[in-house]
Amino acid sequence: MTAALGDSQADNAKRSSTEKNLDNSFIWLTRIFAIGVAGVLIWIAVQVGIQSRRAIQEFGWSFWTNSAWNPVEQQYGVLPMIYGTIVSSLIALLIAFPIGVACAIVLSENFLPLSVRRTLIFMVELLAAIPSVVYGLWGIYVLIPFLKPIGSWLHDNFGWIPLFATPYAGPGMLPAGLILSIMILPILTAIARDSLASLPSDLRTGSYAVGSTRWQTIFSVLIPAAFSGIVGGTMLALGRALGETMAVTLVIGNSNELQLSVLAPANTIASLLANQFAEAKGLQEDSLMYAGLILFAITLVVNILAEAIVQKVKKY
Amino acid sequence: MSALERNQEDRSDRQQQNTEQNSEAVLQTEDLTVYYGKFAALRGVFMKIFKNKITAFVGPSGCGKSTLLRCFNRLNDLIDGCRVEGKVIYRNKNLYSKKIDPVEVRRRIGMVFQKPNPFPKSIYENIAYGARINGYKGDLDELVERSLQQAALWDEVKDKLKDNGLSLSGGQQQRLCIARAVALKPDVVLMDEPCSSLDPVSTGKIEDLIHQLKQNYTIIIVTHNMQQAVRVSDLTAFFNAEEGEKGNRFGYLVEYDKTEKIFENPQEEATREYVGGRFG
Repeated sequence: MTAALGDSQADNAKRSSTEKNLDNSFIWLTRIFAIGVAGVLIWIAVQVGIQSRRAIQEFGWSFWTNSAWNPVEQQYGVLPMIYGTIVSSLIALLIAFPIGVACAIVLSENFLPLSVRRTLIFMVELLAAIPSVVYGLWGIYVLIPFLKPIGSWLHDNFGWIPLFATPYAGPGMLPAGLILSIMILPILTAIARDSLASLPSDLRTGSYAVGSTRWQTIFSVLIPAAFSGIVGGTMLALGRALGETMAVTLVIGNSNELQLSVLAPANTIASLLANQFAEAKGLQEDSLMYAGLILFAITLVVNILAEAIVQKVKKY
Repeated sequence: MSALERNQEDRSDRQQQNTEQNSEAVLQTEDLTVYYGKFAALRGVFMKIFKNKITAFVGPSGCGKSTLLRCFNRLNDLIDGCRVEGKVIYRNKNLYSKKIDPVEVRRRIGMVFQKPNPFPKSIYENIAYGARINGYKGDLDELVERSLQQAALWDEVKDKLKDNGLSLSGGQQQRLCIARAVALKPDVVLMDEPCSSLDPVSTGKIEDLIHQLKQNYTIIIVTHNMQQAVRVSDLTAFFNAEEGEKGNRFGYLVEYDKTEKIFENPQEEATREYVGGRFG
């Protein structure tokens, strides 16, 4: 009896070779796709590296620290653009981080009725759907005039600080940073909200049960617990800000001169590439490739840092 | 339903007599009814919780025992659409009156949950956190040590107080949660199936601990495990669930008495069936 049962089960359990092959090919297909994505990254890196090799031979490390960009004399250096890239992104982060986290708190707590929150979540995410050229135009026609009194006030009252040492020029680092902050808000908010919302509800009730108020629960328990996710989202947002091109090009002023002041026109690496690539040839083209490689390296470092921080502060 | 109403008065009188102890009541409910949305989840509960006793709540799923437990520290407030009618009297005050701040209630009535839920902080901080937000002025180190000792966890963790609370085993995490609750020096500790996610050895440790805590605290424990109710509790309340007229289930208190009596000689047929079926 038991033997018969065992046999019949074995018959049913036997898998046909077609099924096994199908399984195997599926596994291989997913492997190829996954490796393919990584391959594209490496391919781009290698190509950019090869294209920029002449500029690397010509300028070496001085390319990083030289602040002249002179196609006439074939002298190239990207220090002003590195500065511009990093500072505009930091301004963006400084503004977007508190707003994004505050947004995430409101959208993950029940301060507002669910229907209102759903609408708000949708609208925040819609910010990400606005084309970046539209952001740029909005920056030119709305943001730059709007910032004029603020920029002038900063220069008049805090002109002794190098960051506000020049008069408000219109296009420049400040409007670029502000535009970027709006552009990275959706990703920062979405990831911070997800990591807050995915915390076990026990954590919240546990905190209330020891007599915490809602604020203590949010700031002492929930945010520390979700911190790795929030940092991860912030770093992704920073990566986006570093590489953002179109909107920045339209509002930053595209000045290749190194100015510490955020009120002066400046430039970023991405914006430099967008502006000059069409007419560049020879060493200039190679130098642009080299600049692209540097941007690549900066974002790589940011992402590695992000991963390291997330691993270090990970709680769940 | 109507039979339930008829019996209500009579039954609560009898329970009052049966459970009259030489000990004072710390908590008392008067006609407590809890609604989730439109429907009552728990109806008309009259009961007293006595000082320094362990009271067990038993009954089938959906009978409202956890709901009742969460009324005692107003944790139901966190659930959208939850509404409480009737009174919960604690130190001559109705916990559900408008003047009472639920945060203060929770500082006096501690709670341990079904799943261990330590904060993702260090072992030390898990205990210090509650004390600190409560404005504790004394020596935090000493409080942490004393609380961990009370929870029988000190010897296992004293060399790694800086480690994350989540690095402990499940049983240790639950004892950490008990330490966290007792660190606030509450009058009452509520325990919502505190052993349901633990192995038998850890369960034994927690049960021993509950016995020890009885000297200083009043404990209410919700449990699905009849043997556990017999092992740890002085008094047992049996709740049952019934179908309402619109098909919604609601819970009510059937019988509340000394634990021996509930398990050996229950007065109600429903209790006999439930306890007998699960236990005998």
